[in-house]
Amino acid sequence: MAEYHLKSPFSEEDIRKLKAGDIVYFDGLLFGIRDLTQIYMFDQNHEPPVSLAGAACIHTAPSLRKVGDKWEKICVGTTTSTRMERFTPELISRYGVRAIIGKGGLYQGSLDAMKKYGAVYLAIVGGSAALETQQIEEVEAVYWEHLHPEALYQFRVKNFGPLTVAMDSHGRNLYEEVKAEALKRLPEIYEKLGV
Amino acid sequence: MKDFDYRIVEEAAKQTYIRALCDLPPDVRIALKKAYDRETKPTARAVFEAIFRTIEIADRDKTLICQDTGLPIYKVKIGSMFPWNGARIKKCLYEGAKRATLEFPFRSSSTHPLTRVNPQTSVGVGLPVIYFDFEEDSDSLDILMAPKGSGSENMSKMQMFYPAHGVKALKKFVLDTVIETGANPCPPGIIGVGIGGTADLVMKLAKDAIMRPVGQRHPDPEIARMEEELEEAINATGRGPMGLGGDVSTLAVHIEMAYTHITQNPVAVNTQCWPARRARAVISPDGGVQYGY
Repeated sequence: MAEYHLKSPFSEEDIRKLKAGDIVYFDGLLFGIRDLTQIYMFDQNHEPPVSLAGAACIHTAPSLRKVGDKWEKICVGTTTSTRMERFTPELISRYGVRAIIGKGGLYQGSLDAMKKYGAVYLAIVGGSAALETQQIEEVEAVYWEHLHPEALYQFRVKNFGPLTVAMDSHGRNLYEEVKAEALKRLPEIYEKLGV
Repeated sequence: MKDFDYRIVEEAAKQTYIRALCDLPPDVRIALKKAYDRETKPTARAVFEAIFRTIEIADRDKTLICQDTGLPIYKVKIGSMFPWNGARIKKCLYEGAKRATLEFPFRSSSTHPLTRVNPQTSVGVGLPVIYFDFEEDSDSLDILMAPKGSGSENMSKMQMFYPAHGVKALKKFVLDTVIETGANPCPPGIIGVGIGGTADLVMKLAKDAIMRPVGQRHPDPEIARMEEELEEAINATGRGPMGLGGDVSTLAVHIEMAYTHITQNPVAVNTQCWPARRARAVISPDGGVQYGY
């Protein structure tokens, strides 16, 4: 297990060196997206008003408040990623996103795109919104404000993490490995439990 | 007797919601520490370290642990000697949950199931979820509050087995459910299990189970033994914190039981995430309020 401190946006080289199980912290830009953001992008054909090339995108519906024309953070946490599998391969292939941050993981379609284009899934500790919120230095922009709290958010973050590389760009998926291991152990566990 | 001031109940409903969101109960903190001590996998230990930093920040800044402020659930126990008006209490819980949301302020997660319109109040038709119970020889009004986030609640499952399936079907169901739900319910939390009752009661029992202090064993030794067996089995899967692999997959298995029909054998699982949030207010007839967990 290696630990990396990176800057985003990421290069392909940054991402290709990451292996499942590594720990990542990063500084720089972080984009917030959610179900509705991606329905708006992919089902309703709206082009993002900002480049997502090399971007880190986190699955979130943040609590923010608008003071004048500036947005301030209240509480930013991470939601379950599995609901957003449908959009992820295209997010990677079409817009060049290099890191998806979330909890719960994604599926094979996303893993294939990660391998082909050079992207990773970084698992955050779910439930740790207090920590995440502290690591967000600034809400730089909110695009598509009418979709708030599922708009497109541009945050600036400092030492954002710890994030575990749960799906890497070499075809490894930690969630599947953990599940396979559990299923392998299952007959013995059943026997001990008497079921 | 002088009329009881129901604003006290409304304030307690508001305060318990906020306290539950910001201040993790001591038993949960201890269980997480113990879990960290026995965890050997480096990535899993990193998860625990992030959890502890989160709790520290929430304590220091009096802020939300998790952004999912959940749906509000109140379990109310009314003492036989407490002067009460149930309709007033119910209204106070509704108003208190609403005020917590608007006055803190935090995100409302309640929504109409068809239109998906969020009233921005955390309440609505049928919400908050309220359970009333009664206690002999007590003069207090005991309000136990738990906000339930969707990451764990979405992983709930129940099954009506037949008597012929026996106890082993129940155990297998719990274990299989935990494996199937994987990383989604933000493990390691509490696995709440209901056994017996009717279809609705069995899930309510599972919910009662997650609202117990972590590791408090069921008073029936046979059920307590089943809790221990299931805990061991779940931890043996290696699912680990956040489903990324590790020695600790659950903090505790809690089971609640009710008698059931001679032809029925129901089981339900209601999981709770690692921030096993709850808060309590005990109100005395003179209007005094004692906050706790």
